[in-house]
Amino acid sequence: MPVRLADFPRVRYGMPGNAACPGCPETMGLRYVKMALGDDVVLVIPAGCSSVIQGYTPKSGINFPILNIVFASAASAASGMQAAFESQGKDTTVIVWAGDGGTGDIGFQAMSGAAERNDNIMYICADNEAYMNTGIQRSSLTPYGAWTTTTWTGKKEHKKNIPMIMIAHEVPYVATATVGYPQDFIDKLRKAAKIKGFKYIHLLAPDPVGWKFDPSLTAKLGQLAVQTGLFPLYEYENGKLTVSVFSRLYRKPEKRVPIIEYIKVQGRYAQLMKDPEKIKGLEEEIERQWKWIDILEKSSNPSSVAQQIIKENK
Amino acid sequence: MTQENSTLIIKDAETYFVVPISRPDFGSSGKTGSWRTERPVVNEEKCTKCLYCWLYCPEDTILRREDDMVYVDYDYCKGCGICAAVCPVNAIEMVPEVKRGEN
Amino acid sequence: MIKTLTGNYAVAEAAKLARIKVTSAYPITPQTTIVEKLSEMIEKGELEAKMIRVESEHSALAATLGAAAAGSRAFTATASHGLLYMHEVLWWTASARIPVVMAVAARAIGAPWNIHVEHSDVVDQRDTGWIIGIAQENQEVLDMTIQAFRISEDPRVYLPVIVGLDGFILTHTVAPVNVPDQKDVDNWLPPRRQPYVITPESKIAMGNMTSDDDYYMMRYSIQVGQEAAKKVIEEVDQSYGKAFGRYYGGLVECYRCDDADYVMVLMGSWAGDAKEAVKILREKGINAGIARIRFIRPWPAEILREKLYNKKGVLVFDRSISFGNAGQLFTELSSTLYGMTNIRGVIAGLGGVDVLPEDFANEMIDFVNKVEENGKVYDPIKWLFPAKYRNVKIEEVVS
Repeated sequence: MPVRLADFPRVRYGMPGNAACPGCPETMGLRYVKMALGDDVVLVIPAGCSSVIQGYTPKSGINFPILNIVFASAASAASGMQAAFESQGKDTTVIVWAGDGGTGDIGFQAMSGAAERNDNIMYICADNEAYMNTGIQRSSLTPYGAWTTTTWTGKKEHKKNIPMIMIAHEVPYVATATVGYPQDFIDKLRKAAKIKGFKYIHLLAPDPVGWKFDPSLTAKLGQLAVQTGLFPLYEYENGKLTVSVFSRLYRKPEKRVPIIEYIKVQGRYAQLMKDPEKIKGLEEEIERQWKWIDILEKSSNPSSVAQQIIKENK
Repeated sequence: MTQENSTLIIKDAETYFVVPISRPDFGSSGKTGSWRTERPVVNEEKCTKCLYCWLYCPEDTILRREDDMVYVDYDYCKGCGICAAVCPVNAIEMVPEVKRGEN
Repeated sequence: MIKTLTGNYAVAEAAKLARIKVTSAYPITPQTTIVEKLSEMIEKGELEAKMIRVESEHSALAATLGAAAAGSRAFTATASHGLLYMHEVLWWTASARIPVVMAVAARAIGAPWNIHVEHSDVVDQRDTGWIIGIAQENQEVLDMTIQAFRISEDPRVYLPVIVGLDGFILTHTVAPVNVPDQKDVDNWLPPRRQPYVITPESKIAMGNMTSDDDYYMMRYSIQVGQEAAKKVIEEVDQSYGKAFGRYYGGLVECYRCDDADYVMVLMGSWAGDAKEAVKILREKGINAGIARIRFIRPWPAEILREKLYNKKGVLVFDRSISFGNAGQLFTELSSTLYGMTNIRGVIAGLGGVDVLPEDFANEMIDFVNKVEENGKVYDPIKWLFPAKYRNVKIEEVVS
């Protein structure tokens, strides 16, 4: 269902005057959650930028009820809340809103547990690719070559592919999204909210402070991540992987925007810019992403592969 | 600077009870418009009411009139410039705050 | 109805009688049979609750807190390393002022692995803001667990409660337990109360940043809740006594301590053996008694001072130690009784080592002799080694 902007009522979905940095992708993302799902939502937020964005008591700068919780157990706290709501006969959507560290590192065990139990919660990882709140330290989701305050010469290892790991959990719904394409994110949120069980959405959240780019480019970088093929948008539902509309054009390498367009505006890749050899490391990340997509697409949708073979043979 | 001298009167110290809770409200970090170094200014003649600026604004400080013409909540706009960057017809200009002060 | 129950099953019966709605736990010896029993009750349809079978203790308490914050009566249980692993969440839960009840099967902490009784895990939680009780026997385990919900959900308190029970000695030993009727518990235990719920209607966010000044006042408020709990625990115990015929003395059980010259202070199941020792001692002409600590938090300072200030001596038995200082009960009590009376701390029973009634009696006789010889005694640590090592010279053991 395409999202028509003029159809949205003229209400404030966000909560102005919060503590987020200018150009923050997380407040953008949270606003889209409100647009997509409305008021019957409760957030669980582990330590991270979003725990600070709320600002100071007695006001909260995020427009949702929130259980802030310790870093490692956001998913479990959400499972508890959901169980309570269910026993009270309510179908409130409980969403974990966590960063990449709270998802892929310290919170991973709890998330994996909730996914394995197929608890009826939604888990959104707002991935800004480092521990931004503590001052830009590398996480397992920091991409290859990126500068952080704990990888001064650029990260040597590749980004952990959390969405694929969640697909391996065989949960009912996994999707990737970015604040660069809000319509796509809103669609996926709405679809996920209708599914019973564990839903995972990986939201790429370009961060002007940690990635060192001009804050006006947050949305643009979200789009470039998709257009370069580095961050493919897809959904995995009922065992079937589908590449999302905004990414389809870029599965062909020749259609992709050159990766240099993405990295040259980000200060964190200054090292890469000096050494073109290293850019290959990032290009490998792109290839790896699409390799997995190809494998899953073919295995989950054999008839379309057959059709393609027929087409190619004609 | 004057020091605020606040006196907390606890009528019944035995039942003093405070919990760390909040409710959503504007300005949990104050009037964040003061953070701005540049302000977005909408050129209503150029604007096509596509609402991209409204969609992408991280702060919810682009507001819509009845006819979907947009305007800015300067009390809280942090001046990131995303609205200007996403505008397909360049109808939003980022104007330095300092220059405005001089005017 | 009288049932023969292990301490763990007594906890499960109590949680069921309290009509918990959500429970979440992770297996750890000697706690495991609590959640096994709850799981069985739920699956048989005897208990209408949801069980979240989490992947760690950290998650167990987080899920319990989540359910409680959303407005449901929630319960969890753990022990030893599990309790230490969830330590961070204990702080968070108490500071959130969300009523929760947790059973802790007191057990030693590694390394090396040891699954037997010790109080180190429980006393390690003293500073978290939780109310911490420790029961002496299975009947008290059941009664204290039911009481814990009422204490925790009292608006003057609004703090989570730990019910401690000694690993194996209580958790896995059957004893006759008088299990109240559901109807009577329903009448006695009020519906759930809590300071706030996090729901779409309440719009409440819990735990975002606060000013340092307000943070300080929130800390003060937790202390106020703890102080209020002293009164509430006494009230609840009395009211429970009226309803069910069993009253334990509130924060401190005083066993023949009123007319005693010398008093043993301790907590947990071995108080039963100490009570035997009192009989032995009285036969020998030593007027001994026991002040059994039922709640280490809030610390019953006023009661202990009132009961013990004029005694000839106080002998504290700790089943745990704060390395580099002394037993935790000793340090707490010696500060409470500062300068009032003679006091000695004995470290005994670590890692489940047996301490017999004669051991308690002999320690008391030794203490009495020392007091009568010296006039003044302040002994922070006396080691009661296991019987096997009692006659070995310390040098030989160490080398």
